[in-house]
Amino acid sequence: MRYAMAVDTKKCVGCADCVVACQTENNVPIGYCRDWIVEVTDGTYPQLEIEIRSERCNHCDNSPCVRCCPTGASHYVEGGIVKVTPHECIGCGACITSCPYDARYGHPDGYVDKCTFCDHRIQDGLQPACVSVCPTKCMYFGDLDDANSEVSKVLKKRKFKTLIPQAGTKPQVYYLI
Amino acid sequence: MREELITSGRLNPNVDPYLEIWHWQIPLYLFLGGLAAGILFFASLYVILGKENEYRGAVRRAPIIVPFILAIGLGALFLDLRHKLFFWQLYTTIKLESPMSWGAWTLMAITPISIIWVAIHIQEYFPGWEWKNVILRDLNAFFLKNKVGLAWVTIVLSVILGIYTGILFSAFNARPLWNTSILGPLFLTSGLSAGAAAIILFAQSKKEKVVFAKIDIMLIVIELFLIIHMFMGFRASTQVQIDAADMFLGGAYTAPFWIFVVVLGMIVPAILELMELRHKKIPVYIPVVLVLFGSLMLRFIISYAGQMSRWLY
Ligand code: SF4
Ligand code: SF4
Repeated sequence: MRYAMAVDTKKCVGCADCVVACQTENNVPIGYCRDWIVEVTDGTYPQLEIEIRSERCNHCDNSPCVRCCPTGASHYVEGGIVKVTPHECIGCGACITSCPYDARYGHPDGYVDKCTFCDHRIQDGLQPACVSVCPTKCMYFGDLDDANSEVSKVLKKRKFKTLIPQAGTKPQVYYLI
Repeated sequence: MREELITSGRLNPNVDPYLEIWHWQIPLYLFLGGLAAGILFFASLYVILGKENEYRGAVRRAPIIVPFILAIGLGALFLDLRHKLFFWQLYTTIKLESPMSWGAWTLMAITPISIIWVAIHIQEYFPGWEWKNVILRDLNAFFLKNKVGLAWVTIVLSVILGIYTGILFSAFNARPLWNTSILGPLFLTSGLSAGAAAIILFAQSKKEKVVFAKIDIMLIVIELFLIIHMFMGFRASTQVQIDAADMFLGGAYTAPFWIFVVVLGMIVPAILELMELRHKKIPVYIPVVLVLFGSLMLRFIISYAGQMSRWLY
């Protein structure tokens, strides 16, 4: 099993519903976020192109954050999801420094926090909060090992990219372009 | 002109707009670790070489400060932790891929050894000292008898500790400035140089002073070579590493780095030490303080600049 997500940059309008849904679902402290919107404007005026992305932890296959964690608090769970166990985390910050995407933050309670792909919802057969709430339906989530999952199907049809693949992290959030 | 503008809605404290998760604690801890490693390295080296009596300052006197240095360093490391009550989790596993983990274990091993080192030389400072407790007296005799063995263990651990202070940074490929294997040898050399400088203050003879001044000059030359090498490597590498080097070659960190670390922390003390060797009267603590200051600044600047260097996407 390999959970992954695809985000359609052609459909995303940057409304930030996913950000709010995540903050509500996961009790993210005020002023912090586990997912966020990035807008890239590219080109020569007046020929400009905009790409909008909803970003989060990439649940990398080769994650530096798991590697550098001295206590094992950062670890993989089933399907390749990268999680942090709060009562094993000492808050040393090594994992925050090690993530090329800056996807982690120090929770005000001391431990380190980040996106979990809503694994508590997946276990109940639901989609991650961000995916289920998106008004343009621009996100796809599922098991890459299952050829019939939403995410496998859309990745077969469409062109996609990942973020900073040259960092060697093997990210598992795909951006449809 | 073609331009790319990236706007992010993320504003997590200490992460955006650029990373600021490690403050003064980590560079201070790395400096003190390097200094302790340097002192213990030379102390054990001269025991192994059988020249203990000629280098009494290095072997018997200077190590007295090491347990205190390590204690302050560990204190700083502890202050850096945000989930402090769980710090003991560090000592529930050994994770070889995590420099934080094996650094914590190395410190765990080297701290008691540094205390033993002080204890068996306590008569150097308190000539009439006798261990009252029988067990302590036996232990003292045991370590004195096996001092060369103890020195071998210490020298290996001190090299690991010295290299570790650099590898802690270089293991992070997310920060292009840190992601160079030169940082290990550079921080080790800087720690040895700080250690040699500190030993000069404890030297017991003219000869010992001269030898350590020479060692220090040599180490400074190696450091300068490693620094030039590091920037050459960056300049010949990918765009993110070119950008990282540019912070020091015209960018925000140019003045502090070249003035505090290179000129005041390396070149000036090396010249002062050279003049001393030529029998000019220089107060000995001036080059020593400068070397220690440069070594500390190196850690601070690399730590802060590294957190600002990043991949762009
Ligand atoms: S995106 Fe960052 S936090 Fe998430 S798995 Fe990859 S390295 Fe770790
Ligand atoms: S902050 Fe916590 S999860 Fe991150 S590396 Fe340190 S112990 Fe591991």
